[in-house]
Amino acid sequence: MKADIRKIAVWVEETHREMGRDIAPATRKAVAVAVIANPFAGRYVEDLTDLMEIGAELGGLLGDRCVRALGIEPHQAESYGKAAMVGENGELEHAAAILHPKLGAPLRAAVEKGAALVPSSKKMGGPGQDLDVPLGHKDAAYVRSHFDGVEVRMNDAPRANEIMVAVAVTDSGRPLPRVGGLKASEAEGKDGLR
Amino acid sequence: MPEPEIRKLLTVVEEIRHEGGPRAERPLLRAAAVAVIKNPFAGRYEPEIQGFMEDLKPLGLMMARRLVEALGGDPARVEGYGKGAIVGAAGELEHGALWHAPGGYAMREVLGGAKAIVPSAKKVGGAGARLDVPVTHVNASYVRSHFDSMEIGLNDAPRADEMVLVLVMTTGPRVHSRSGGLEAWDIKGEDGLR
Repeated sequence: MKADIRKIAVWVEETHREMGRDIAPATRKAVAVAVIANPFAGRYVEDLTDLMEIGAELGGLLGDRCVRALGIEPHQAESYGKAAMVGENGELEHAAAILHPKLGAPLRAAVEKGAALVPSSKKMGGPGQDLDVPLGHKDAAYVRSHFDGVEVRMNDAPRANEIMVAVAVTDSGRPLPRVGGLKASEAEGKDGLR
Repeated sequence: MPEPEIRKLLTVVEEIRHEGGPRAERPLLRAAAVAVIKNPFAGRYEPEIQGFMEDLKPLGLMMARRLVEALGGDPARVEGYGKGAIVGAAGELEHGALWHAPGGYAMREVLGGAKAIVPSAKKVGGAGARLDVPVTHVNASYVRSHFDSMEIGLNDAPRADEMVLVLVMTTGPRVHSRSGGLEAWDIKGEDGLR
């Protein structure tokens, strides 16, 4: 089943200064969101395969939109994350079906490699509610400078029978990272952790 | 006066395919360019503030160019526009009014002489405040199909000594426009109104 997409929105956020210091080059995050019809709104359906297929479609579509919005080559992506917010006539399990079984592989293709788990969050919500998308380094989950998040919100979504699906990609970590831990330059990127 | 001190830049593009009705042949695009800058007048009453309008012109042009780029690169495709400002709590509403001239000038310049007044909204707010930026037709303010708005906000801005400046452009009417009034194809486009 293909996603019935009502809207797609893409945000690109650049931070040029933080606490009085210039950030050069600016740190940049992109988030792409699709607002789709929930095919299972209002009823209990045991088999969630359709949503898993939609997850695969959106992982590639939204990952690619982020990379294009950043104007980078896929291999230049440094961190990623995903999240979904389900309108009130759905259930939390619908978010899980979109996000977990099949969204990751096409997203990894869009950013090249991606050895690390894609950090995620999910919730039920209504129009205008905040969705915080967690971010982590795409090849080594322990890279501390890239633990971050980005907030998305749309005044008109998700309606009761909709689901908002978000994918975030960055080409950088936090603006002034200085809490130690594993550095991106030291990561091996083989096991997805270090 | 030095050039505006930019902390963050944000670009948002929304692609609206439908809103419960027939799917648009060409989705409506709405884009916003947002700059978070330091308010040079924060924390005091400054009688003379107009010099800052000149300082904001290059920023306005950069934002307007980014918008056209985000909408595909062709200024002729832009049919609606609007602008707005959120002033952090250590500033005053009047500081937001400084955006009228440079923001409007920049969009007209980049669009090649749009005729209609650029609708605007402004307010004082804190981090996370949302602004509904009004949008109308670029050549005839009475075109009913193009009355629209776009909600903008950032979770971390404006801080008390900052201002959030916004420009918005759209590529067409509301996705299911059918409320009558002056239609875009009936305008004269001479006086900016009809």
